[in-house]
Amino acid sequence: MRRVMGTEVEYGISVQGQPSANPMVASSQVVNAYATATVRARRARWDFEEESPLRDARGFDMSRQVADSSQLTDEDLGLANVILTNGARLYVDHAHPEYSTPEVVSPLDIVLWDKAGEQVMLDAARRAQQLPGNPAIVLYKNNTDNKGASYGAHENYLMRRSTPFGDIVKHLTPFFVSRQVVCGAGRVGIGQDGRGKGFQISQRADFFEVEVGLETTLKRPIINTRDEPHADPERYRRLHVIIGDANLAEISTYLKVGTTSLVLAMIEDRFITRDLTVEGPVAALRSVSHDPTLAHRVTLTDGRQLTAVQLQLEYLDLARKYVEDRYGSDADAQTVDVLARWEDVLTRLESDPMSLADQLDWVAKLKLLEQYRTRDGLDWDDAKLQLIDLQYSDIRPEKGLYHRLAQAGRIQRLLADDEVHTAMTVPPEETRAYFRGRCLEKYASDIAAASWDSVIFDLPGRDALQRVPTIDPLRGSRAHVGELIDSCDTADALVRALTR
Amino acid sequence: MAQEQKQPRKSEETEEATEVATESDVAERKESLDEDVDAILDEIDDVLESNAEDFVKSFIQKGGE
Repeated sequence: MRRVMGTEVEYGISVQGQPSANPMVASSQVVNAYATATVRARRARWDFEEESPLRDARGFDMSRQVADSSQLTDEDLGLANVILTNGARLYVDHAHPEYSTPEVVSPLDIVLWDKAGEQVMLDAARRAQQLPGNPAIVLYKNNTDNKGASYGAHENYLMRRSTPFGDIVKHLTPFFVSRQVVCGAGRVGIGQDGRGKGFQISQRADFFEVEVGLETTLKRPIINTRDEPHADPERYRRLHVIIGDANLAEISTYLKVGTTSLVLAMIEDRFITRDLTVEGPVAALRSVSHDPTLAHRVTLTDGRQLTAVQLQLEYLDLARKYVEDRYGSDADAQTVDVLARWEDVLTRLESDPMSLADQLDWVAKLKLLEQYRTRDGLDWDDAKLQLIDLQYSDIRPEKGLYHRLAQAGRIQRLLADDEVHTAMTVPPEETRAYFRGRCLEKYASDIAAASWDSVIFDLPGRDALQRVPTIDPLRGSRAHVGELIDSCDTADALVRALTR
Repeated sequence: MAQEQKQPRKSEETEEATEVATESDVAERKESLDEDVDAILDEIDDVLESNAEDFVKSFIQKGGE
């Protein structure tokens, strides 16, 4: 099953030895160091023309006057912002460096270009610290400083415009309340400031306060209504999912995106007839997160009481029937694999959760923490356990605990290192990211700006900029423009061929 | 255990496997598991930032998104 998707991850940033360093400056140094080293010729600007962050999926625009300044993401603040040859965007968002994957069409490709983003960030941070006088900048792929601040790891899914938003809210909310048992990243500390003692499944659960809304930085909603499709708005919406944790384990990311995409397909096809509505979903989200024994039961409006795993099993059961009904034996291999792994993970979560320590972030982290607690007799408020939580997400292979576990073969991988390395510079082939990436790679000196839905050329001898719209995410693929780009030695030739 | 009646469905191989799972083996396995845990913790100890309390305290972020 194909769906246009992407992720965007804000990384935690720390200037070693300087806790009060300005994070915007440090983030800019990281992004600029990478841009300077890898982007040849002129650096293309980000084109903000099509951005509308205050468009609400429920059918109205929020006024700019009442919006929090953090919501005005379309204002070019002069912060570092580059487009990479793999079609991704690397930039500074508020006080964090952020990497948005190029648009892809499969869960495994999300994992690939998301992991490539980690390597881009690692390379960027290393380059930044090579500048004379710069201290080491360390990046963390996590979602909280455990002192009250949270930053996001968002997912984006292209959906049919004809699907009523109410259906999305109804059927996706119980799924989001429960999917953390599969894709939570684990956290030491309870509450937004992390002062409560204990371990919880999700990094983000305690930061969600409402069921539905437009905000991402305050009053965070389980279902975000930002409606900025970066595609034909008559045909598509882009579902902006803000509730996920930043994952390091490849299987966590794979299942997070793969299962969510399946549920969205069922919603689009009106396949879900069961009512799985959860009473008090915001409180339920937290209660599920706070119980790593997985025993907590949420109450459904029909009176049933289900654990989060049982709730996930309901969705799995529906998804199995859906795939059988719609595709039968023609179902693609990756969809079949997502279903099989989802089932295996849920079965193990019911019988022996710790057997997933080599697959899922939260279990890997919890196992390590429990081993330390046993060996050193540590209580949950011990700083060492908080350090382990934090350092799990350090993206440096020599220091990050996820990476140490993966290198020791204690965490399963889906990808080989050389594939990830290639994806740092090479775009996916099935979407417009291919056109964007190849143009940046081949004609960088003639590109003035680019964005998700355009590439703007500044051609020698022409007064006006030439804007090539890429409003359809599935056009501009390799099959579509690969030969054309191969055959055009100059941007001028390409633009001529495209506008002929 | 060796005198246990043969079950027709079991192959000789699985029976042997059952046979060797004696108590001392379980203990040995637990020991090697403990060693395994010790090994990974030793390795993690080597890379953990020193002075956990200060390190964690100084990790202060601004909100994002």
